[in-house]
Amino acid sequence: MKLRLRSLAVLPLCAALSACDMVVLNPAGDVAAQQRDLLVTSTWLMLLIIVPVMALTVIFAWRYRHNNREARYEPDWHHSMRLELVIWSMPLLIIICLGALTWLGSHLLDPYRPLDRLAPGKEIPEDMRTLQVEVVALDWKWLFIYPQYGVATVNEMTVPVNQPLSLRITASSVMNTFYAPHLAGMIYAMPSMETRLHGVLNSTGDSEGFSANYSGAGFSGMRFKVRSVDDNEFQRWIGMARAAQQSLTRDAYLQLAKPSEREPVRYFSAVDNQLFDLIVGMCVEPGKMCTHDMMALDERGGLGMAGIYNVARRSGDQPRAVFGADHSHVIGICAAPVVRTFEDDLLPQVDRSPLRGAGLPRPAPSRSGSLLADALDSSSSR
Amino acid sequence: MMQAEAPVLDPIFGRLSLAALPLHEPILVATFVAVAIGGIALLAGVTRYQLWGYLWREWITTIDHKRIGIMYMILGIIMLLRGFADAVMMRLQQMMAFGGSEGYLNAHHYDQIFTAHGVIMIFFVAMPLVTGLMNYIVPLQIGARDVAFPFLNNFSFWMTTAGAILVMFSLFVGEFARTGWLAYPPLSGIQYSPDVGVDYYIWALQIAGVGTLLSGVNLLATIIKMRAPGMTLMKMPVFTWTSLCTNVLIVAAFPVLTAVLVLLSLDRYVGTNFFTNDFGGNPMMYVNLIWIWGHPEVYILILPLFGVYSEVTSTFCGKKLFGYSSMVYATVVITILSYIVWLHHFFTMGSGASVNSFFGITTMIISIPTGAKIFNWLFTMYRGRIRFELPMMWTVAFMLTFVIGGMTGVLLAVPPADFVLHNSLFLIAHFHNVIIGGVLFGLFAGINYWFPKAFGFKLDKFWGTVSFWFWVIGFWVAFTPLYVLGLMGVTRRLRYFEDPSLQIWFQIAAVGAGLIAIGIGAMLVQFYVSFRKRKELLDTTGDPWDGRTLEWSTSSPPPAYNFAFTPIIHDGDAWWDMKQRGYQRPLGGFRAILMPANTGAGFVLAVLSTAFGFAMVWYMWWLAIASFIGIVGFTIYHTFNYKREFHLPLEYVVRAEEERTRMLATVRS
Repeated sequence: MKLRLRSLAVLPLCAALSACDMVVLNPAGDVAAQQRDLLVTSTWLMLLIIVPVMALTVIFAWRYRHNNREARYEPDWHHSMRLELVIWSMPLLIIICLGALTWLGSHLLDPYRPLDRLAPGKEIPEDMRTLQVEVVALDWKWLFIYPQYGVATVNEMTVPVNQPLSLRITASSVMNTFYAPHLAGMIYAMPSMETRLHGVLNSTGDSEGFSANYSGAGFSGMRFKVRSVDDNEFQRWIGMARAAQQSLTRDAYLQLAKPSEREPVRYFSAVDNQLFDLIVGMCVEPGKMCTHDMMALDERGGLGMAGIYNVARRSGDQPRAVFGADHSHVIGICAAPVVRTFEDDLLPQVDRSPLRGAGLPRPAPSRSGSLLADALDSSSSR
Repeated sequence: MMQAEAPVLDPIFGRLSLAALPLHEPILVATFVAVAIGGIALLAGVTRYQLWGYLWREWITTIDHKRIGIMYMILGIIMLLRGFADAVMMRLQQMMAFGGSEGYLNAHHYDQIFTAHGVIMIFFVAMPLVTGLMNYIVPLQIGARDVAFPFLNNFSFWMTTAGAILVMFSLFVGEFARTGWLAYPPLSGIQYSPDVGVDYYIWALQIAGVGTLLSGVNLLATIIKMRAPGMTLMKMPVFTWTSLCTNVLIVAAFPVLTAVLVLLSLDRYVGTNFFTNDFGGNPMMYVNLIWIWGHPEVYILILPLFGVYSEVTSTFCGKKLFGYSSMVYATVVITILSYIVWLHHFFTMGSGASVNSFFGITTMIISIPTGAKIFNWLFTMYRGRIRFELPMMWTVAFMLTFVIGGMTGVLLAVPPADFVLHNSLFLIAHFHNVIIGGVLFGLFAGINYWFPKAFGFKLDKFWGTVSFWFWVIGFWVAFTPLYVLGLMGVTRRLRYFEDPSLQIWFQIAAVGAGLIAIGIGAMLVQFYVSFRKRKELLDTTGDPWDGRTLEWSTSSPPPAYNFAFTPIIHDGDAWWDMKQRGYQRPLGGFRAILMPANTGAGFVLAVLSTAFGFAMVWYMWWLAIASFIGIVGFTIYHTFNYKREFHLPLEYVVRAEEERTRMLATVRS
């Protein structure tokens, strides 16, 4: 009886479902669509076992009810090797299939892996550039830097349709999650760390992106517009951004990074081309040592006693631990400029050989983690 | 070093001032007034009927595992009301906050509510209810007179309560954390959460954690060492087996939580940099550590309920449990596997494909033993004679609800699917699907099943049925919309929305919450009505359901000493076996019984711990030092208490057993 009630309840639901926008089941981007496919396939696979179990539950509950004296009653029957084998092997078989799907899917849809197609059956043309976007989650807005064009925007990501995107993502203060449901799933934006996401949008149109991880008071308003436009419109848009009054220097960034809510869309021309790396290294403020330099030094044994004194007290009235020292930071000892190159402008080669046990090779890092480390390496080899 | 920056602390009140009282929040003021009136009425009632002495002697200082079990259940149900009130407020807020409206809750209040809801429901509702059930039933099922360390049991309970009280304090004095229930840094660090909220969170969990861990040790020792002769491991009732596994998990997992919260407190109090952004801190380490505790935690909650379902199914189908040993192995496999799946909570932090697939696949593997369990219950029903009493109704509802939750759980374990569903309302729907459909339904099955054992009368079936239908239907009405919203790309913890097409789903969910509210109300009415009708519902046999395990061989409620003679076990379904073989209850030859003596030490230590926690939250150093010295001093003092045991006089035992004989005679006549 229960089952009948439920199936009745599902009917109007289905009608309502078709009326609303199930973006996860109907995305505009190829990567998100493949993730959707995996979701749907896995659901069907599991329903193979879920539906019989639910049906049997209802049938047994009805058939063996207490006042049905016609049903057989075997109070001491409690073991059957054959049934046990079925009980354990049926879920096992399904999990083996699902496990194989998972292994393949996880590797092929790894957000760090460059795309190998634009859409089903649509290869990426040899000469097509990947659009690089650097994404920073600020309190409580999104900054998008377009390093190939030297422009930046707040709360708007405009991308050309059918062109592969490569996103480098970080955060300024606390953890957020970058999520544009039409594009390619979500990935955390974390301070002092860089995550990556590859994707493509296959149709033009506006949609929304947002933070999917709670990050404080202004979190609910931390939304951005995702615009997928054709090439001409994109060039026009870049031109408009380049004409913007404001430029994004280190100082301008520090101003922007201060907490604010529901920021309107803004454009910046002339972006400091080291800015994203400095943000990841937590060293936009002049004089701070970047974390990748710190790690590189520590890997070689650190600065020793000198390291203890190589700190400066930070100004400002930030809260601090009640028994802790004042706020301080490690002083940068090397002003080596971080030089940006765009060697992965053109698409890196994606290994199309079939997956083996060890999975796909990870894409090589586009450049070494730290210039300071490189400098130390070259000096020690000399 | 410049000290001038530091705010000057009041030497007596620390950070606490009148500004900490939320007088500007009308909702909180009204709540406070209601709580104060209720509290005063309660205290006046206790005084009026001169119950203080009774409460102190019979309950507060008791070391009887049965009474402690009941107190855990009461704590869990009271906190359920608080946690559910938070849930209703969230549902109302999300239902209203559309089209430019920001609803009725500001960010400061709303963010505390969803944090408190999660913390309370897991730590102060599910945990006390599960622990209470184990505390009450396990010693009875294994034929023991009490747990291995009776004083520790009392202490554990009061420490759990102390944690709950600290959380309740935060409602009216200061604020609770605004971080989400797992308090991820850097957000929970001193720089982004300088207020007292996270400190309340830390100290409440640390104090309650002491209780949980010690109760885990206690029950583990009890099950390992105190089983009746003849009860080998493979003859233990399934509930005892699942309790054993749960307590193994508690003992192995909770120290990780304690450690990670210690590291977070060091960051917050002395300025270390374990989880900060600067100076080599690594917030992701916190995320790893907390989930290394957090994932076993969900199995800590669900495993004992799997045991309850097994007991209930077997009893109400009038059949031996199908596949006892495969049930046991499934439980053990789940126990072990639950330690190698934690990373599935953050696939989207960029761990790489191979790591993600490993954890995804281990997670799916857990569904195999879990599936086997479902089949075992199914085949216990097969060729049984099923009596649809309330516990069995909850069990069938569980089987139909839980498989859906299990399915969506496995979906979330597929990393590419998790990339689109992580942190979404689909995830919220999933874990409520397994925690309500698994843990809570199981608790209700267990409460209805063992209530006559604990109180001597059955629970009223009519109100129980009302509660059942409102809960089950209410659950589906409340959470199906969240599955849908998840697929529409809506994520968790949002305070307001812009897309108007979402609103209808939140409205449906709010209706579901209303139905659940009626379900909870009906449950409270059920308790009240049953108490009023206790004469009619009286259980004189001690075995109202024709049970199979040892607890049903005692009177309802069991005497303080549980068993006058330790039973000898020959079969897994010990009591069923005894009944089949025409067991005769011994009517003579009783002896005085050595019993542990009551002590107020646990209560005193918990009060001091509450004061310590409160002092640490508010930086009242004098009180922190004084209460800490008090804790250590009183513990040392308690070690000189040599009056730990007493002999229950022979006359008492004889009287109790004669009473039992008389009760049994009324059944036969």
